[in-house]
Amino acid sequence: MENYSMNSNDFFKALEDGALIGSRCLDCGTMAVPQRQICSKCLSSKSKIVHYSGNGSLSAFTVISVPSMWMSEVGYNGKNPYCVGVVALDEGPKISAQILDMDISMPENIQIGTKLTMTTVSHGEDGNRKIHLAFKPV
Amino acid sequence: MSELKWKKGVAVAGVGLSKFGAFKEKNSRDLFVEAYQDMINSMQRYNPEKVEAFYLGNFSSDQFEKQAHLAPILASWIGLSPITALRIEDACASSGVALRQAALAIASGQYDVVLVGGVEKMTSLEIAAVTEALATAADTQFEVSAGFTFPGFYAAMATAYMHEFQASREAFYHVSIKNRNNGALNEYAQFGQTIFDIMESKKRRAVQKGLPVPEWKDEIEFLSDPKGNPMVAWPMTLFDCSPVSDGAAVALLVSEEIASSLTDTPIYMIGSGQASDGALPERENLYSIPAAVEASRQAYQMANLTPDDIDVAEVHDCFTIAEIIATEDLGFFERGEGWKAAIEGKTSRDGSRPVNTSGGLKSKGHPVGATGVGQIVEIWKQLNGLAEERQVQGDPKIGLTHNVGGSGQTCVVNIFERRG
Ligand SMILES: [Zn+2]
Repeated sequence: MENYSMNSNDFFKALEDGALIGSRCLDCGTMAVPQRQICSKCLSSKSKIVHYSGNGSLSAFTVISVPSMWMSEVGYNGKNPYCVGVVALDEGPKISAQILDMDISMPENIQIGTKLTMTTVSHGEDGNRKIHLAFKPV
Repeated sequence: MSELKWKKGVAVAGVGLSKFGAFKEKNSRDLFVEAYQDMINSMQRYNPEKVEAFYLGNFSSDQFEKQAHLAPILASWIGLSPITALRIEDACASSGVALRQAALAIASGQYDVVLVGGVEKMTSLEIAAVTEALATAADTQFEVSAGFTFPGFYAAMATAYMHEFQASREAFYHVSIKNRNNGALNEYAQFGQTIFDIMESKKRRAVQKGLPVPEWKDEIEFLSDPKGNPMVAWPMTLFDCSPVSDGAAVALLVSEEIASSLTDTPIYMIGSGQASDGALPERENLYSIPAAVEASRQAYQMANLTPDDIDVAEVHDCFTIAEIIATEDLGFFERGEGWKAAIEGKTSRDGSRPVNTSGGLKSKGHPVGATGVGQIVEIWKQLNGLAEERQVQGDPKIGLTHNVGGSGQTCVVNIFERRG
């Protein structure tokens, strides 16, 4: 298994390998995602990289009809909106991500608490290609 | 705690606003001069030679106008060089923070007279570029990269809120209608039209064009119809969002003992607090803003007041859900009760808890760097009985401002009092 550092860019390197990484405080056990050197609970500097299962549930979401510039450049707009949300990982911490395979034509039917599993999505082409965390229903 | 360490009292001696709106012909410096002149008119005995420092709140003139280092330019433009001039950036809370920092500088004994400004010139960019510029106030590496926009953050909080408290979208519409009604009475506001006016004018336009006339029977039906009120980020619609605005606001902060030498209508800053937070997912729940809870705790403690003592409040309603959450974070209503209070009209001008009598960010406009000081302008007017048609009855004496940066990464709360 690849060794990842606490450097924030390594979160995306891990995504390229299909892994969702974070950190665990060696002193108090607090989990974080993405990984961080200093524990936000006990302020210890001793933490190590961990791999998450990639399973979680939807805490909050929106379906965006007026996209950010980079999302509009990859084809999203009022006629083709997209869902993003905050996902609570089974291990505890939460993270923002695009949510795929939801019925975005009926956002009122999207359920908070829906069980999700991680995937990745690449936006942009060639030199501008960038990998992003995403989730889809189990 | 630090909130009890002020060595000197601080007063707001005068306030000024530019008109908020979209002004092709005006740049930051022009808006600022307009607000500064308005401030001079608010005071009986202003003397510019007494001003010792200038604190400017500005989010991003670098992105909007390709102009950084704005504070000394503005100081020069009103003839105050070589006084200390500096710029503070905390996203949409920039000038609320600048005002607090100026107050701390006076409370420390360093200065007696500090000019505080806030300005943003946003309409020089296309809307997509404005969205992009605003997004830099969020965590670009881990939140914006996921596809979040600013309306998206608050929309996500709205889904969490609706889920937790079984709240209806109708509550959001009531905030929108109320703030547009208030803003229609504010000559400085970007929007002079109420939601009712907009609905009726859309009907008239349909008649003129010979199109089928929409059958909206009231504002709620109009706002519920995507043809009248398109979706931005579900469940936040166009009329749930504050606009893109140009504008400036100015306040003169002075040490308490010299206030009456400059003006007959000072208000006193009796409480102040500020707090920070990480990105949205770091919160324990997504239906409150912890930095607002903490900033208000500090401010209430310093003022030795409780939420029930606040007569009038200007809160950061960048989106309608933000106002509802703010009224709970500030302790005006129990957690989960804010949406009902909005429907019941408790936050209207004649309600038990008037909020955003100016029209708020939604209707007055949201030139982000000007918003924090802009809120103080309304409180100064309300406490001095100078809010004209918007005046809250019952002789309000205590006012509060709540100014948020980002989706809650910064919050500053200030409390003001009129004496006598
Ligand atoms: Zn720890």
